Amino acid sequence: MNLDFSWMAWTWPTAAFFGTILLLLCGMAAWEYVSPGGNPRVGVLRFETTRGDRLFLSLLGSAFIHLAWLGLVGPNLWWALALSVVYAIGVFRYV
Amino acid sequence: MDKTWNNKAWFLVLPVLVLVAFSAVIPLMTVVNYSVQDTFGNNVFFWAGTEWFEELLHSDRFWEAMVRNLIFSFIILAIEVPLGIFIALNMPKKGWGVPVCLVLMALPLLVPWNVVGTIWQVFGRNDIGLLGYYVNALGFNYNYVQDPFDAWVTVIIMDVWHWTSLVVLLCYAGLVSIPDAFYQAAKIDGASRWAVFRYIQLPKMQRVLLIAVLLRFMDSFMIYTEPFVVTGGGPGNSTTFLSIDLVKTALGQFDLGPAAAMSLVYFLIILLLSWVFYTVMTNYDAER
Repeated sequence: MNLDFSWMAWTWPTAAFFGTILLLLCGMAAWEYVSPGGNPRVGVLRFETTRGDRLFLSLLGSAFIHLAWLGLVGPNLWWALALSVVYAIGVFRYV
Repeated sequence: MDKTWNNKAWFLVLPVLVLVAFSAVIPLMTVVNYSVQDTFGNNVFFWAGTEWFEELLHSDRFWEAMVRNLIFSFIILAIEVPLGIFIALNMPKKGWGVPVCLVLMALPLLVPWNVVGTIWQVFGRNDIGLLGYYVNALGFNYNYVQDPFDAWVTVIIMDVWHWTSLVVLLCYAGLVSIPDAFYQAAKIDGASRWAVFRYIQLPKMQRVLLIAVLLRFMDSFMIYTEPFVVTGGGPGNSTTFLSIDLVKTALGQFDLGPAAAMSLVYFLIILLLSWVFYTVMTNYDAER
């Protein structure tokens, strides 16, 4: 069977993007294995979140940070990435 | 903390994960790949980086479609939710009228979306359509093909006709679950009709109303088939909502890169709204 995925139009940057997401998910799974239960807590949003929720919020927020940067500043996204990392750390620390 | 469950149970959801991978994840990955490239066909792609996203975020066409979509969602929620509550409150709670009303309410929900569009497209025509003909006969200059206001009115009435039943059925389910003891207590206290609604029925319907608002908002924000069949997004672009604009870009113009970028932004907005609604609903449950 010849599997042809050329229609998916893969590029190295998008493959790296999905690879990072996959690594994050694997990391979360390993974290869950080491420390089960999802570490639920009530943070600044004043409702209970697990670390899965915090990862979701970090990724979703990062996507919007990148879009806002593209729309308001310009195509150089390294600063947006740095801002997203700071945001994600903030989410994991305080949400 | 000790393990509270057996993680081997995850293997049981493996078939669903495989299905979701093929129906959602792989197409989504492809859309991400397309969004950073350009193509002229034949599976040949050229790197475009973030160009399509920049173009989209500075596009008046996109923001206008977004505003139209939000206005549409707001209007139909403002009509369907109060109307749905009103009808549910006035539906019989016992006797032969219950199944009759439930079947009547369920009927519009059973009609396929493209058929709903076709029904209203014909219904609103001023030459052969019952609605269009008689509205014009009454002296109103109604023509949804040429007048943007008429097109909006038609699309909104069509959506109200199609989906108010959902709100009615959800509210009705909430209403019939209220024990008679509440009404008896209200009667003993001499509560007015309004007080019964405000302090007994509305709080008891809160959860189903939240679900109704969530479902109707999401669905109206993603609406495509009905307005596309009735107006095709016109006259001009007056009823071109986000999904119609997306299909025009992807299939009409075959601009896969810009369409993929638009899909992703659209997807992120839907994802954010879903999360907000889901969080509100689950926290509401937790508080109760």
